[in-house]
Amino acid sequence: MKQGPEETTIVEERLLPNQAPVLESGHTFGSVTDKIGAIVLRRPVTLGWAIGVLIAFGGLNVLGLAVTYLFFRGTGIWGINIPVGWGFAIINFVWWIGIGHAGTLISAILLLFKQSWRNSINRFAEAMTLFAVACAGMFPLIHTGRPWLAVYWLFPYPNSMNVWPQFRSPLIWDVFAVSTYGTISLLFWFVGLIPDFGTMRDEAKSPFAQKVYGLLSMGWRGSARHWKRYESAYLLLAGLATPLVLSVHTVVSFDFAVSLIPGWHTTIFPPYFVAGAIYSGFAMVLVLAIPIRRFYGLRDMITERHLDNSAKVMLATGLIVAYGYSMEAFFAFYSGSPYEKFMFMNRAFGNVYGWSYWLLIATNIVIPQLLWIRRVRLNTVLLFLISVDVLIGMWFERFVIVVTSLHRDFLPSSWGVYVPTRWDLATYAGTITFFFFLFLLFIRVMPMISIFEMRTLLPESKVKEEVAAHD
Amino acid sequence: MTEAPMDPIYGMMAEFDNPTDLLAATERAYSTGYRKMDAYTPYPIEEIAEALGFHKTRVPLIVLVGAILGGMSGYLLQYWVSAISYPLNVGGRPYNSWPAFIIVTFEMTILFGGISAVVGMLALNGLPMPYHPVFNNPRFAAASRDKFFLCIEAADPKFDRVSTGTFLTGLKAVDVTEVTH
Repeated sequence: MKQGPEETTIVEERLLPNQAPVLESGHTFGSVTDKIGAIVLRRPVTLGWAIGVLIAFGGLNVLGLAVTYLFFRGTGIWGINIPVGWGFAIINFVWWIGIGHAGTLISAILLLFKQSWRNSINRFAEAMTLFAVACAGMFPLIHTGRPWLAVYWLFPYPNSMNVWPQFRSPLIWDVFAVSTYGTISLLFWFVGLIPDFGTMRDEAKSPFAQKVYGLLSMGWRGSARHWKRYESAYLLLAGLATPLVLSVHTVVSFDFAVSLIPGWHTTIFPPYFVAGAIYSGFAMVLVLAIPIRRFYGLRDMITERHLDNSAKVMLATGLIVAYGYSMEAFFAFYSGSPYEKFMFMNRAFGNVYGWSYWLLIATNIVIPQLLWIRRVRLNTVLLFLISVDVLIGMWFERFVIVVTSLHRDFLPSSWGVYVPTRWDLATYAGTITFFFFLFLLFIRVMPMISIFEMRTLLPESKVKEEVAAHD
Repeated sequence: MTEAPMDPIYGMMAEFDNPTDLLAATERAYSTGYRKMDAYTPYPIEEIAEALGFHKTRVPLIVLVGAILGGMSGYLLQYWVSAISYPLNVGGRPYNSWPAFIIVTFEMTILFGGISAVVGMLALNGLPMPYHPVFNNPRFAAASRDKFFLCIEAADPKFDRVSTGTFLTGLKAVDVTEVTH
């Protein structure tokens, strides 16, 4: 895992004109350690943070209320009914799990491609992944309304009825894909944190913090032999996580594509779901990174280059998504199936949900084209707004796919309209606040930028070969 | 170091300011014949492990075995459930519908491989380890910050309190300390 100084991206004199460095010059091993560690160990609790946590905690209670009432009354409190049996629960599940994908892309895939700029954003992107998967995982569990009665068909365990899950069903593939994804993301994140916990243990002043970080670091002492095994394990985890992350949204898309519903039964779904996942994930990375670098004074570590690169990834994946939409439309007509044709005409021009399709095209395809302009990519306010816009757009993508495909069944006698209730909205808003609640806690108790990987970005981290040879 | 205490010690530790000096010192120590020694750095440096004569890890093998076991157990679980314990005829598909079983098999391969990577790495490293003598050196806290250490252990046959100490002092070390148990 040689990531760093020899690459042209770091050293300032090798940068292209107008190109921001990955790490501003002037840092040393000590200053990098102090700056990141101090946010957790020295910085007092600020009013802004406290207000943020309070609001998020309030929202978390709304979630608790919504879920409690759901368990009390059942899914009848939601807007779902036949023919639209899948509503907010699956839309939000797919949206959240997609957001998680950027974290794994940054931590694993960019590591394998030796993109060293990832070193300053991978830690909090991985945290984002974990919290997003936690929010996503809630929906399959609660959407049954009676989760304690409905686990036997999700997980293979010996139960009193002697029945087992149906392994030919994409829903079971999904259970395995998402739970594996959650586990591997947690391991990857924790393994990355071990050496930094060691640093926190040694930097902490309070005996309590020393003990907690000492326990978490598991006695890490930076031995060269340990580092070698560590790097080997870290790279292998990245190698395993790479096909995994591509498989997760593929399997999520199978939930739709393997069925026979017009609008779902299409082979373009797996690649365009994966691209859309990374698209929304990078949008969330930017939504988190832009305020973080501002409020915590991290502009020298999360530089314009990170914003620029993330915006470019968004632009590229957004174009793949646009291709996916056009192929969906093309195949609706090319298929020759009247149901497919009707589905598309109804999706785009139907009088019930036609607006949502054009809202999707506007937010997800048209507005993000502003990212072609360099000045927009480097304007943090605009970039933040475009990222929020993409998150909204990607939510509407799932809304359009789920609701417009279901609400017009093959027979007009079974047509219907889906309207979410206040409980749908409360649950969704609750998971958003839950996500930010976890994230706000995370940035105060763990180093949100990987300290040891930042050290490898410094020019002084490299062994000077010629000196070593003659010594 | 003039009056060495007579209690047995863990080893002799030298502190360096930069990775280049540490690498040079490690290479010298290795060529002098020291083998039971370890270097401590704030971030991974590939060359140091090489200089210590530590070339191969068994982590990849553990991951391979874990991944194969995971894939096999994933497939066997599905086979046993779908073909033996609870055979269910779904639209005439065979009980052993192997194409449908590939995805869970793949996920279990990744899951077991990933867990083996982490558990294997920690086990080979002997972590978690609540106590280790190197932390007795008060300057060692900087090993997780900006300093580089080389510790030659007393268990090495060539180790001698006086001569090892002199050897380390002659290697651009900023500080040389005895590490107690």
